[in-house]
Amino acid sequence: MKQSNIKVALVGNPNAGKSTLFNALTGLRQKTGNFPGVTVEKKSGTFRLTDSDTSSTTVTVVDLPGTYSIYPKSRDETVVMDILANPKHPDFPDVVVVVVDASNLQRNLLLFTEISDLGMPAVLALNMLDVAASMNLTVNAVQLAMQLHVPVVKINARTGEGIGKLKEAVRQVSAVKEKSLPNYFYEPKGNEVELIEEVKGLYALDNDYVALQYVCQHDNFSFLEQPVRAKLDTLIEKYGFDENNFLAEETIARYEKIKPIISKAVKTEGQTEQPYWTRKLDSILLHPFWGYVTFAAVLILVFQAIFAWASYPMDMLDAATAATIEWVKETLPQGVLNDLITDGILAGIGGVIIFIPQIAILFALVSILEESGYMARVMVIMDKLMRKFGLNGRSVVPLISGVACAVPAIMTTRSISSRYERLLTILVTPLMSCSARLPIYAILIALVVPETKVFGFLNTQGLVLFGLYLLGLVGALGSAWLLSLFIPRKEPSYFMLEMPSYKLPRWGQVGFTMYDSVKSFVFEAGKIIMAISIILWVLASYGPGDNIEKAEQQVVSEMSGQPQQEIDVAIASAKLESSYAGQFGRFIEPVIKPLGYDWKIGIALLASFAAREVFVGTMATIYSISGDFEDVPTVKERLVKEKNAETGGAMFTPAVCYSLLMFYVFAMMCMSTIAVVYRETHGWKWPIIQLIYLMTLAYVSAFAVYQLMS
Amino acid sequence: MAVRTVSNLRKGEKGVIKSFSDKGMSLKLLEMGCLPGSEVRLDAIAPFGDPICINVGGCYCLSLRLNEAAVIEIE
Repeated sequence: MKQSNIKVALVGNPNAGKSTLFNALTGLRQKTGNFPGVTVEKKSGTFRLTDSDTSSTTVTVVDLPGTYSIYPKSRDETVVMDILANPKHPDFPDVVVVVVDASNLQRNLLLFTEISDLGMPAVLALNMLDVAASMNLTVNAVQLAMQLHVPVVKINARTGEGIGKLKEAVRQVSAVKEKSLPNYFYEPKGNEVELIEEVKGLYALDNDYVALQYVCQHDNFSFLEQPVRAKLDTLIEKYGFDENNFLAEETIARYEKIKPIISKAVKTEGQTEQPYWTRKLDSILLHPFWGYVTFAAVLILVFQAIFAWASYPMDMLDAATAATIEWVKETLPQGVLNDLITDGILAGIGGVIIFIPQIAILFALVSILEESGYMARVMVIMDKLMRKFGLNGRSVVPLISGVACAVPAIMTTRSISSRYERLLTILVTPLMSCSARLPIYAILIALVVPETKVFGFLNTQGLVLFGLYLLGLVGALGSAWLLSLFIPRKEPSYFMLEMPSYKLPRWGQVGFTMYDSVKSFVFEAGKIIMAISIILWVLASYGPGDNIEKAEQQVVSEMSGQPQQEIDVAIASAKLESSYAGQFGRFIEPVIKPLGYDWKIGIALLASFAAREVFVGTMATIYSISGDFEDVPTVKERLVKEKNAETGGAMFTPAVCYSLLMFYVFAMMCMSTIAVVYRETHGWKWPIIQLIYLMTLAYVSAFAVYQLMS
Repeated sequence: MAVRTVSNLRKGEKGVIKSFSDKGMSLKLLEMGCLPGSEVRLDAIAPFGDPICINVGGCYCLSLRLNEAAVIEIE
């Protein structure tokens, strides 16, 4: 069978449905959402076209960030032209599918005419025809195809309608071998013509518009060398080319070309505005008073859900884990292997597995906010407040997604056009309490906050959890304000944001987000947790020389005559203390003592330095090694029974628990976040500043809380 | 009389875009579909009076800050 390959790029305005189409084409599950700027980097996938019985084509699809024109305004948009203007780029497409929102054709065609002028073989995919229909707009696809000289395919990316026809159109366009110059929508004026000719001659270009892009955008093109850029700068000077003027004139000239096309192809009889219920909902959700009330209600609902609804499946998982560990302990022969599996691996994993329901609910709710279009409204009502702290309304998206995980959240900052606001947002996003902190909060809250109700329906534990998230948010905003005093602002800030119509969330998409987050939590985090649990078990079970045996003998001789059970507990504890892990804990104890922590917590603290989700599992491992219990208790029961070696009272007093909570609210305990900040800020300067700042903040707050409460 | 801009509109009031007073911002507004000659209507005002949401050409809704709206001159 003959095989061939072609490459297709998806280009279009923000929120036109490119990622949804990408998923429909490739069967992958790329993140989608109903607000501008969901996709911030290119993503690729493939599908297969069967041409005949003897040959087939593998089509590589690249989903690109949305953009209103080929002139980028923010970091995410630069990637589009970097690929389209450079035929040597590995992603340079054979066919560009321009995805347009049929309900706003005039503006969407602006980008299309630019792509067409670049000489890219194109297919126009008309999406959101249902929205257009609800506004009484009818688009004549045949007329549009004739006017624009490209195949036009009506699709519905959400339902998959027209996808077959779109693939067929892509095949036909890719089969056209001889490339001809386009019928330019924009005709250069005055001395632009000579400038274009000179650039074409210098760099062996045949397309006028590509030559113009060399002039306008060479600083954005990573494929142009420095001397080329300098040469182009001298040409700009020679011809007195005024870029700002040119861009505005070009855009207006394009709209002049588009208007008659629209009036031929679009019937606007009895046109209405945005769908009725979008306007109706906006009058409430953007209302000066009800807007905030609704937003607060939505947030409170999220936290209620995480604590109240999730508690039933969590209790079941907790019991099931304890039962499993007990069963394994009794079934396997006694010995080192049994200890390693039960105290090391199962204790570590079991400590974390019970948080699956909470993480699933959290991701599902955030996904509903994104899918419905409400996220864009939140950006609007929060913009003025955000500006006071040096941020932007758009910073709301990274901050809210930071509640799930800071790594993707920091990547979404690419759609913030001001570099200054983007940097501030990156620096403070890790302060938002991510899902990895949830297990830590949950276990500590369960230890010190009684399970009662306020006003008859609000769960007290849920309220405290809400308070911690709020503290994270306050910390983030306060830090942004503080940092903004030291970082100079160089460029103006923009907000301009298109409001999408509300859409019902697609439950399949929400369900997939839930499934995906749980899967990556269990497998990605599970891998780290398992590795650290095993290492920790080894470090906690063995010690230098014969320290452990000595410790055991000492306890036996000191405590002879006392009840056997007490001796056993004392032996286990003494053994742990003289193990390698115990020595590490002892080593850092002086540093963490002012925060109220002993060396056992110190071990967990050190272990969770790379990833905070390790904390609870580590605690479970440490306390199941040091304790000797009749039956296997849950993590919480182990912590409740833990005694403070100095006072003899409970170790986990409210002061210690709140101090730990404070520490984890602020501390930057995540290697992945440091790595992503390094990548997004292109250097070590900002991640280091951020690490030092957040660690200091965490230490000082935990110290203050412990000292005040004890 | 001073030039009226979108930022002077009252809620529900309409105007027709005449020109832009800021070069850099005008390109972005043009690309987002705010063309001279289009009708705009002030639809919503966020809490604290800023940003605002305008309907452009009866077609879609755009949210922008007051200082951005002040660039759009209307008649």
